[in-house]
Amino acid sequence: MSGDDSSDGASVDGAPVDGAPITGSDAISGDPGSGPETLAVSALNIGTDEWVAQHETRTSTGHGVGARVNALWMSGPAAVRWGLPLLVFVLFPVLVSDGYLLRIGVNLGLFALLALGLNVVIGYAGLLDLGFVAFYGCGAYAYALLSSDKLGVHLPTWLSVPAAVLFTALIGLLVSLPSRRLSGDYLAIVTLFFGQIFTELVLAGDAVSLPGASDPVDITGGANGISGVSGWSVFGFSFNTNRSYYYLVLFFVVVLVLGLGRISRSRMGRAWRAIGEDPLAAASMTIRVNRLKLLAFVVGAGIAGLSGTIFSAVQVGVYASSFDLPMLILLYAAVILGGSGSLPGTLIGAAIMSVLPEVLRQPTYSELLFFVGLVAGVLWILKPKIGALVLAATVAVGFAINIVLLAVGVPYLSAAEWTQGVIGELLGRWLFVPQDRLLWGNVAFVLLIIAVAAFSRMHGRAKMWFLPLLLWLSVFVWMVRLSTEASLTRQLVIGATLVVLMIARPQGIFGKQRVEVL
Amino acid sequence: MEFFGQQLVNGLTLGSVYALIALGYTLIYGVLQLLNFAHGDVYMVGAFIGFFVMIGLGGPAAPMVPVWLMIVAMFLAAMLGSGILGVLIEQFAYRPLRNSPRIAPLISALGVSLFLQNAVLLLFGPRIRDYATTEYIPIGSGFSIGSIRLDPMRILVVVLSVILMFVLVRLVNRTRFGRGMRAVAFDREAAVMMGIDVNRVVVLTFFCASALAGAAGVMVGLVFFNVSNFMGFLAGLKGFTAAVVGGIGSVGGAMVGGLLIGLLEAFATGYLSANRPTRSPSSL
Repeated sequence: MSGDDSSDGASVDGAPVDGAPITGSDAISGDPGSGPETLAVSALNIGTDEWVAQHETRTSTGHGVGARVNALWMSGPAAVRWGLPLLVFVLFPVLVSDGYLLRIGVNLGLFALLALGLNVVIGYAGLLDLGFVAFYGCGAYAYALLSSDKLGVHLPTWLSVPAAVLFTALIGLLVSLPSRRLSGDYLAIVTLFFGQIFTELVLAGDAVSLPGASDPVDITGGANGISGVSGWSVFGFSFNTNRSYYYLVLFFVVVLVLGLGRISRSRMGRAWRAIGEDPLAAASMTIRVNRLKLLAFVVGAGIAGLSGTIFSAVQVGVYASSFDLPMLILLYAAVILGGSGSLPGTLIGAAIMSVLPEVLRQPTYSELLFFVGLVAGVLWILKPKIGALVLAATVAVGFAINIVLLAVGVPYLSAAEWTQGVIGELLGRWLFVPQDRLLWGNVAFVLLIIAVAAFSRMHGRAKMWFLPLLLWLSVFVWMVRLSTEASLTRQLVIGATLVVLMIARPQGIFGKQRVEVL
Repeated sequence: MEFFGQQLVNGLTLGSVYALIALGYTLIYGVLQLLNFAHGDVYMVGAFIGFFVMIGLGGPAAPMVPVWLMIVAMFLAAMLGSGILGVLIEQFAYRPLRNSPRIAPLISALGVSLFLQNAVLLLFGPRIRDYATTEYIPIGSGFSIGSIRLDPMRILVVVLSVILMFVLVRLVNRTRFGRGMRAVAFDREAAVMMGIDVNRVVVLTFFCASALAGAAGVMVGLVFFNVSNFMGFLAGLKGFTAAVVGGIGSVGGAMVGGLLIGLLEAFATGYLSANRPTRSPSSL
């Protein structure tokens, strides 16, 4: 799937002339869609780097169920591959009338917009912008100020939205101007501080001393934010339901995907990716690095501003806490999980990262997700037979611990007190939930971290023996402690996911592995 | 003048804390070229360890050990605990990423930071802990120079951080380990070829840096009382600013930068806005 937007440029433009081998970073992205025959043939006249870069593609074809489904999916025409999910999303509000679900849909769309914007900055141009959420906030506040009673201004939508977007883009330009020569870490720091300054300014903006005014003027409402923001209204149609905003957001997502897809394949998109790979090499290829960096920043900020305007309209208000660090981390998690630089990856990452928290909010769903994930993970990673053995051993460990704890006489909760549903019925017989969930849960949580640490140090057979205990411990911690703290668990899961993802698959699900040419 | 003097004392206290945090950033950056975003959270964990040692050992009614021993125990436990935490973070979150693109460890560090904040929240709850220094450590109300009051905790903090910095400078400049550290910072590959065990150097560096952060956490608790699971992020940012101002990678620079940021913050808080702690980031 990742081939859709990221490979075409390189493989078309970098096609070997007269069979001359390509070397260097140009050759890194190959076309994973091509079958083994083409690979074998092209292996004769491509550079070593591309051969290395395609290692994963060559080895990953034809194993397991997932790969086969993927191959089937990829063999379909692009129109179907994009059209089918689109159809599902278009029909979603028709099939669903629950306001809560529609609201999740709107949030998903907004998140996808943001992720697409961030993808331009980090996925294409490789700029580590840790102040991205502040642009989102800029757009939201700008729109709120232009269309609420705060300043007594109610501009029509066709004026206020472009104004807010332009304002945000301008801020993006201003932030990127002093930082255009910075790279990597330093850029990250400057933008991180920008994000902090933004929150601080917004919080302090309820008492601004303007020249000429005797009393401090309240502009941003401080910690109370701005409420009573009026909704969008275009051509006489006013958006006031979740359903209408859902379609609005969906429209923008489709437009952006089409637009960014084109940009990505264009001269500019290729230049961006060249900068992301290696600014020095790009500069020596006469790419105007500074200007394109600024452009990426501005485009990203503009997209964030746009989603900000929709956000404040949907929410009927803006509050500084929406644009703080957790949101930033969630957004980065989305882009990186999907695979930065890949449009479908970004969308899927955004979907996972915006729906997952909602699922984790509901105990029954989160339980289901946890157990399905656990079992599927074990069976996916291990060989089926060993996986089944490990799971059986885990069940046995659970019963053994039950017996021990009962014999010791630890007070416990009956199954009805902590679980329900089909899984609960089974779980109630197997898992021991002590009465003092806080203490036991905390101790088990610390033990789990130690156990995971120990597990990663083990090798071979010891690992397999230890695994059932580890699995039982994680089930115990989840059911006893984490399932009672939904919002906390979310953050913990996201934090741990980021670390694990970086170690296991830094390029994300759909991203391409970077090959460092030494 | 009195106000100025008091702010000066405040600034020095804050500055020595920031300097310790900045030293950690600088050490780690120097050796690995890695921005350890989780450093602020290590400092927060240090503050918590100190708090629990204090609660566990002392008590205004029934002190188990003499006060000076309690303070020593608090610092030792916090430094040891934070140090070990730092080493663990390095082992699990950064070591596998040492040769990956530069963005990977940064993201991983953000993940660690988020995880630590919420793990502490999970374990100890959202309540802001109060060090209650005045009850637990009753060693007089200090003395005054003119009209400027110097309370003993502030003196302790400044003196202790100077001692820690002195030890660190000796460590970096005079010992075999310090030489290894400087060699790795200068050129890792060449250091490997010279037979330096890079992993060992990195682990020790992380231990030292995190132990300093832990000590800084206890100091903040002793002087400013409040400890919460979100205190790490902002302090980390300030510490990092200090490191950058002083020139990242340079030990002396981190100390000067820390003092500068501390003084700046104290005077800015004192003279400009009465109730908002500034984030003083514009100094970048």
